[in-house]
Amino acid sequence: MYAVFKRELFSLLNSMMAYITIGVFLLVSGLLLWFFPDTSILEYGYAELNGFFSLAPFLFIFLVPALTMRSFAEERREGTYVLLASRPLTDWQIILAKYFACLTLIIFALIPTLLYYYSIMQLGMPKGNIDGGAVAGSYIGLLLLGGAFAAIGIFASSLTKNQVIAFALAVFLSFIAYSGFDALGKIFAPGIPEDIFVWLSVNEHFQSMSRGVLDTRDLVYFITFMLLFLGMTKLVIGGRKW
Amino acid sequence: MSIQVEGLSKTYGQQKAVDNISFKAVPGKVLGFLGPNGAGKSTTMRMLTGYLKPTAGSASLGGFDTQRQSLEMRRILGYLPENTPLYTDMYVREFLTFIADTYQLEKPGIKVKEVIGRVGLGDEQHKKISMLSKGYKQRVGLAQAIIHDPRILILDEPTTGLDPNQLTDIRELIRNLGKDKTVILSTHIMQEVEALCDQVVIINKGKIVADSLLNELKTKHHTDSLEEIFRSLTN
Repeated sequence: MYAVFKRELFSLLNSMMAYITIGVFLLVSGLLLWFFPDTSILEYGYAELNGFFSLAPFLFIFLVPALTMRSFAEERREGTYVLLASRPLTDWQIILAKYFACLTLIIFALIPTLLYYYSIMQLGMPKGNIDGGAVAGSYIGLLLLGGAFAAIGIFASSLTKNQVIAFALAVFLSFIAYSGFDALGKIFAPGIPEDIFVWLSVNEHFQSMSRGVLDTRDLVYFITFMLLFLGMTKLVIGGRKW
Repeated sequence: MSIQVEGLSKTYGQQKAVDNISFKAVPGKVLGFLGPNGAGKSTTMRMLTGYLKPTAGSASLGGFDTQRQSLEMRRILGYLPENTPLYTDMYVREFLTFIADTYQLEKPGIKVKEVIGRVGLGDEQHKKISMLSKGYKQRVGLAQAIIHDPRILILDEPTTGLDPNQLTDIRELIRNLGKDKTVILSTHIMQEVEALCDQVVIINKGKIVADSLLNELKTKHHTDSLEEIFRSLTN
């Protein structure tokens, strides 16, 4: 499994797509947080990272599918999946190897943003006045959110041989999961239907983690979410309908 | 380490791609798997490698059931799929090292070096696979199938698109491999069967129409031309 993980990671790093994706993520978040006056932390007056954490999920909706779109779609188009399937590897090992390769790149994208944390810590009054717990919670939340979107993306990629379709489908599903359920919940008056939709929403659980409270219910939600989509991928791949 | 196929069938909707076939292949005898296009050769081979699930029947490679003991079976199997799919964005050496790693071989470096020498990729080993000609891609395909020294080899049209010189090289290689391994190869080039195979299985529309040693088949049909036999059985 490690061999497949390594190959996937190297092939992502060789494909330009990884650099474009990570570059766009850092560029857009950097511009919005530090330069554009409407959203800049410097203009805002409070030394906190909330702006970044409410922006990042929307960037992830577009950027994570760009990383995951080729994982199975390309194997299908080139007919190379049989190369993996005739090795002593289970379908699960192959799916997880691809999944963790994408997740590793998401971590690569997040690491440079620790610089924002450092800058804001320096800008605080007094120096170092920042809610470390909330930031840590937000980062863990962001990673889980990226993991959830990556699972959606891997699933979308297993459905088609066309990378563009895989990308579009993954963006759509991620958006529904992130904001769609929230919006649906608002249709209903407060009550059980609203609670269900709000509970289903990725945003709700992400917000809850952003407060710096690591609630096991949120963890269970994210892990169930990932397993659900990876499980569906296993069904598609295991069916060998292609 | 033989291959045993019993009542293997694959149905797609109403269509029977492979219909209740049984045969046996033994080490030291290269088995030629013949049939017209669309007869079910590739489907059968995909079932033998565990890639496709049979609708009915079973197959075992070296005593391992292709469905129930799939992982053990795949350790002793070398498979060259149809059209030789390869990761063309990788370099030859890098690709073969990756394949060696999927078997968790000891000393993958030495194994890669050995196999590169064996299939004659020495001059091309530092090139990107996408840069290679068809013949060399085919050699990479063969290299990935034999790198872990499998007991059983399944080769799906190993010589399509090769020029006569390459053809001779690859055939020589397959003949050598066939001396101690169990080899099944599919083809529709009759000279190739004459040159390589000891046993012949012909299928037509998913059913076996002939299964015997090459010379027995010829005496039975009172002709020396395999082509004639093939036409009379599949037309």
